[in-house]
Amino acid sequence: MAKRIDVSGLHVYYGDFLAVEDVSMTIEPRSVTAFIGSSGCGKSTFLRTLNRMHEVTPGAYARGKVLLDDMDIYGPDVDPVLVRSEVGMVFQKANPFPTMSIYDNVIAGARLNNRRMSRSEADDLVEESLRGANLWEEVKDRLNKPGSGLSGGQQQRLCIARATAVKPSVLLMDEPCSALDPISTLAIEDLIHQLKEDYTIVIVTHNMQQAARVSDRTAFFNLSGPGKPGKLIEMGETNQMFTRPEKKETENYITGRFG
Amino acid sequence: MTTTDAPQAAPPPTGKRRIGDAVFAGLARGSGLLILLILAGVAAFLIIQAWPSLAANTTGFLTTQEWDANVRENPAFGVAALAFGTVLAAAIALLLATPVAVGIALFIVYYAPRRVASVLGYLVDLLAAIPSVVYGLWGIGFLAPQLVPVFRGLTEYLGWIPLFSGPASTSGRTILTASVVLAVMILPIITAMSRDVFKQVPQGHREAALAMGATRWEMIRLAVLPFGRSGVVGGAMLGLGRALGETMAVAMILSPSLAISFDLLQSGNQTIAAHIALQYPEATGYGVSALIAAGLVLFAITLAVNMGARYIVARGSKEA
Repeated sequence: MAKRIDVSGLHVYYGDFLAVEDVSMTIEPRSVTAFIGSSGCGKSTFLRTLNRMHEVTPGAYARGKVLLDDMDIYGPDVDPVLVRSEVGMVFQKANPFPTMSIYDNVIAGARLNNRRMSRSEADDLVEESLRGANLWEEVKDRLNKPGSGLSGGQQQRLCIARATAVKPSVLLMDEPCSALDPISTLAIEDLIHQLKEDYTIVIVTHNMQQAARVSDRTAFFNLSGPGKPGKLIEMGETNQMFTRPEKKETENYITGRFG
Repeated sequence: MTTTDAPQAAPPPTGKRRIGDAVFAGLARGSGLLILLILAGVAAFLIIQAWPSLAANTTGFLTTQEWDANVRENPAFGVAALAFGTVLAAAIALLLATPVAVGIALFIVYYAPRRVASVLGYLVDLLAAIPSVVYGLWGIGFLAPQLVPVFRGLTEYLGWIPLFSGPASTSGRTILTASVVLAVMILPIITAMSRDVFKQVPQGHREAALAMGATRWEMIRLAVLPFGRSGVVGGAMLGLGRALGETMAVAMILSPSLAISFDLLQSGNQTIAAHIALQYPEATGYGVSALIAAGLVLFAITLAVNMGARYIVARGSKEA
């Protein structure tokens, strides 16, 4: 299930503009890796290159190598659609399909790959995914109601259920809690702890307590200067990053003496 | 109505009435009222002018097919065949145009390179600028003869469908030809409305679909079409309104006759608008009044369609 990600020498461009420069890192399976850094430092951009979602932005492209176990996701005959069903994503703003019921939202991605799913298979998958997202008890009596009727935190967990229903090996989360209240945030963080049993999880966050709470390893990104591309400054065990970072820049950011 | 209720902005904090403000508010309110006056005026004109013939009519106006109104007494005329032809032509036009328009809109927004998209969008808008008399000329001079062999083929192979039972018209001047021309004419408005709503699909919805391994078409099916449905329906209804009222092109293409016929490949049907245009110059006796009564029916149909369109668009935008 969970797979290792190996990035080497990755540059990301928006047209002529180099947005992220020369990132190399290894992301361990069955662990949570947090990306921290100030806004605009390229951590979200870099996250999106891990499932080729950056290609949705016109003019964006990446140079370098990203290995998912043995598969080079930028290989010449690799289909980005396939990459994305292996590497799922949860976004900053919960985005369930507004016209679909809770049930249909969960099953939407899985239906794409397996059109002939029987009713009972689908029911099982919906229940399994919603249970996995700690949402089943809250919605089991209203599966046919629209997903947009849920609270923000529930919607985000619905999006996580939708992503896991596709059975990816990696789950990317782009600031999944930044629009949520503390209680809902806690629910998501608990969920992340459970999910790392089965998935490789990468989370971008602006909340350093959150990074400290949920992640095993932390990567700090920063701009090399105004108007310059973003870079990976340092990456290591979360404990060590927050207590004894190797670089001065990291320490400044973590202790709030930044900028 | 909403036009008059709308300007209830908060009063200026000073409490002093500024002249410019008052003048502008008055002008805006006047313009809003003017619309209502014009609409009411047209309706009143139609009703008053239509009344004498309707009162003198010896048969049921809404159920009769014949048009025997150009007499001094005992006119016998009805709008049944005309209303049927009008709705039939417009409905077929809508069926033909909507899928094409949605296809064009999707291509412009999600498939075409940016430069091609803007040129194509411009060309589609240009279709709306062609005068309808030119469409009529094109329909009668080019499209009708070209369609004759197509019609013959349809009767031959699909003749078991009542719509195509034939025998096919040899001139090609049939309700189906008129519908094809109408379809081209309403293509721009449906395309424009669809394009606008497809562009507004939130990025979050599109990325949600793509991020779980949807292809572009699957993304469109999951995120774009459900979101854009109300806009497409609204555009289609506006197109339907235009197709119902279109006069010149239809009048030139269809040969004047009056019958209720589901056979699309024979000449026989006629629309209200075209009938008025063709009959008006020779109308005598109760004729003019009867034509105005037919116009009243058309007015009512288009009003109903447009209100339906507004309702659907408004309901859709509330959901999204």
